[in-house]
Amino acid sequence: MSFTTAQIWTIIIGLGLGSYLLRLSFLGIIGNRDLPEWVLRHLRYTAVAGMPGMITPLILFPQATGGSLDAVRLGAAFATIAISLWTRNATLTIFGGAAVLFALHFALG
Amino acid sequence: MMALPRDYWQGVRDGMPFILVIVPFGAVFGVVATEAGLNLAQVMGFTVLVIAGAAQFVAVQMMVDNAPVLIVLAASLAVNLRMAMYSASLAPHLGRISWWKRGMVSYFMVDQAYAASILKYENTPEMRAGQKLAYYMGIVTPICPLWYLSTWAGAVLGTAVPAGLPIDFAVPITFLALIIPMLRTAAHVVAALVSIIGVLVFAFVPFNLGLLIAALLAMMAGAEVERRMTAKRAA
Repeated sequence: MSFTTAQIWTIIIGLGLGSYLLRLSFLGIIGNRDLPEWVLRHLRYTAVAGMPGMITPLILFPQATGGSLDAVRLGAAFATIAISLWTRNATLTIFGGAAVLFALHFALG
Repeated sequence: MMALPRDYWQGVRDGMPFILVIVPFGAVFGVVATEAGLNLAQVMGFTVLVIAGAAQFVAVQMMVDNAPVLIVLAASLAVNLRMAMYSASLAPHLGRISWWKRGMVSYFMVDQAYAASILKYENTPEMRAGQKLAYYMGIVTPICPLWYLSTWAGAVLGTAVPAGLPIDFAVPITFLALIIPMLRTAAHVVAALVSIIGVLVFAFVPFNLGLLIAALLAMMAGAEVERRMTAKRAA
């Protein structure tokens, strides 16, 4: 890495400030205003529209394996989905998914 | 001592399992950033000021590759574009609290805090804004201090974290655990499917903007299915 101290802090502060403004964007601007029903209807789906797309590449093309499909991670993902449908409990699902992940890692790795 | 509301403690309890995700993730960032050549103050600067693991990893990786400062900033900020999505999604729930509280919510807006609180708000529509805020602050109570602490430990203890463990996968597991219970209606399922297909179709779009396109299409799909189902029920 060939950055000066000033450049490194420019990156840290710039990324910190930019991230904060992204987080504040709608929450800060919208504030007390009432939103029309069609906007609210779209916002109801932000979570379920954003998160599956975010993790799909992490599951199918993990960087740790250089982007190739990996039985350990794919198996753990399916197990996590199954545990979630079965238990309907986020805590049990996270612990169960992690347990399957490490079991597969040591069994297949 | 001021008594903290019940919703706060409910949030703390619901935030606990994320410790399992945060601690290894933070520790690995500390190790990686230190090995890349950052000093302790700079590593902690990232973790406290940015407080978003994925973007921090991208920034450090691009610094190792000696990318220009502006490119490092653009690429790592692109990873955090999802925060604007979170902000929009939380606005109907927390938009009416005072400005400084919204400023505080924004600082602590990490993936887990967003995902857990939006799940709670959607399943408990009778919550008032104050209760929603208390729940949110409860969620971040176990997460954020441990994020700082584990990064610090990673930076100081360095290479003691065993290499080769699949800890990168802690994030997808957590998200699956939070998304699956949200798939309550056909509209939610359609939105999730469009999101998955969209991100694969638009994978070629640079700067992570494919995810944003996929998310916008998925929102529109979900909203449209809801509109049609409501119209059918009314007819």
